[in-house]
Amino acid sequence: MTLSIKLISLVYLVAAALFIFGLKGLTHPASARRGNVYAMIAMLLAIVATLFHPAVKHYGFIVAGLCGGAVIGTIIALRIRMTAMPQLVAALHSFVGFAAVLVALGAYLNHATRNAASQLLLTELFVGSVIGALTATGSAVAFGKLQTLLPGRPILLPQRHLVHLFMALVVVALGIDFVIYGHFAALLLASCIALVLGVMLILPIGGADMPVVVSLLNSYSGWAAAATGFTLGNHLLIIVGAIVGFSGGILSYIMSRAMNRSIVSIMLGGFGAGSAASNTPLAQAADQHIHAAAVEDAVFLLSNASKVIIVPGYGMAVAQAQHALKELSEILGHKGIDVQFAIHPVAGRMPGHMNVLLAEADVPYEQVAEMEDINPEFARADVVLIIGANDVTNPAARTDASSPIYGMPILEVGKAKHIFFIKRSMKPGYSGVENLLFQNENCSLVFGDAKSVCEQMATELKTAA
Amino acid sequence: MSEPIIALYIFVLACFIGYWVIWGVTPSLHTPLIALTNAISGIVIVGAILVVGVNGASRYAQILGFIAVLLASINIFGGFMVTQRMLAMFRKKTPEARK
Repeated sequence: MTLSIKLISLVYLVAAALFIFGLKGLTHPASARRGNVYAMIAMLLAIVATLFHPAVKHYGFIVAGLCGGAVIGTIIALRIRMTAMPQLVAALHSFVGFAAVLVALGAYLNHATRNAASQLLLTELFVGSVIGALTATGSAVAFGKLQTLLPGRPILLPQRHLVHLFMALVVVALGIDFVIYGHFAALLLASCIALVLGVMLILPIGGADMPVVVSLLNSYSGWAAAATGFTLGNHLLIIVGAIVGFSGGILSYIMSRAMNRSIVSIMLGGFGAGSAASNTPLAQAADQHIHAAAVEDAVFLLSNASKVIIVPGYGMAVAQAQHALKELSEILGHKGIDVQFAIHPVAGRMPGHMNVLLAEADVPYEQVAEMEDINPEFARADVVLIIGANDVTNPAARTDASSPIYGMPILEVGKAKHIFFIKRSMKPGYSGVENLLFQNENCSLVFGDAKSVCEQMATELKTAA
Repeated sequence: MSEPIIALYIFVLACFIGYWVIWGVTPSLHTPLIALTNAISGIVIVGAILVVGVNGASRYAQILGFIAVLLASINIFGGFMVTQRMLAMFRKKTPEARK
């Protein structure tokens, strides 16, 4: 059975509308699940309609691929830990990239046998393949960094900008050759260079810039899908690709704005590499005025507080401390203490990373506040508890013009009466900058693993009650 | 209008939709947003199906297409399910958690 092209186009239109409704659902947590269901229905419609496309004659490979993907995808989705979400997303972006390359190559082979490839089509094929290739290996490197298979610090090759530029020019030259003469070898070679370039572009970018990288690769994967849509003359792919591309682009913009840096400077990489050199005299002085506190001291002040704000960062994810933290916040809540969580936009390794971890630990989302909303609240807080969020709380971003993070919007924790900073060691944050917060009279460091410190605090608070 | 121009129109208008819709997404759902858009970009499966299933597709094209279908399918199933898992965790305040 086949459907007419007209009918399929109409089904695609319905699918596109449902995809848009689906994304619109994410405007609020209450409507988000319904949004996801809309998007699933849209995908189902799109796939089923395509299966009944009159041009589709052979189903063996399709069914095998679909079923294999369903099994693998389901297993991954059910087993992945929430703290590993950035890695999973990076890996999946990589798959989209590879799929786009393969579709471009396959489409070329199909057209070449029929001698039906116009120059426009060749251009679209070429662009789709190159964007796909960049996405594929770039995301693979991001995955490696997030999974700590590769070092998280920036890897800097000498003259890398020149090398990248040269490679990009070669790709363009090959593209011109491919469009004019249709040499398949040019397409293959350019795709291979793009694969290598994808690796080299992401290697120099350090771990804490990953929220931007993940968003940007998210964007690329959308553009790759859109380019595939142009190749195949498929409007659904164009619509969906453009929306996904914009989504990732907007997220990259939001993330880089939250770091007060341009997307370009992040993509050029190298930030946080010279940790020793970037320490200003002012920052080094911070070393000498550190107040350490025992868990008991923190517990005493916590139990006497009326308002507590908790600031989680990447350290919470590393220590898997979200459940212990939730228990702690609940105990405080039972004592009648007002507890809120404050989240900086770039805390963690991907946009919204902390929100998902807190949601996993069952922290109600009303208790979790974004930076703009919570900053005025710090002045009224009795205790601020910081768990592995270093750079986003560093007052050097406001006061020290020579600091590499100067100008970055921060959580204004310094205004609170007392600050307790749970830290494993004196190692500075990702930017390599000492946290000037430690100089503050009202800031004390609690040394230890975030999870066990939170658990200790919870136990102490319970016995104190 | 010729077909490529229509495609370009659709592309540009879709960019506007993307712009408006995505700015409305609440920051706390940015991770699910990435996971969902990631699942949605598995839509390249449509292209992969058309490559592998057409009559007269060469053996190479079929193999490439098959891998593309497989990868895109992992993306779709993995992406949607993990999004669902995450969204299920976002809860409203329960009465006993209230102070």
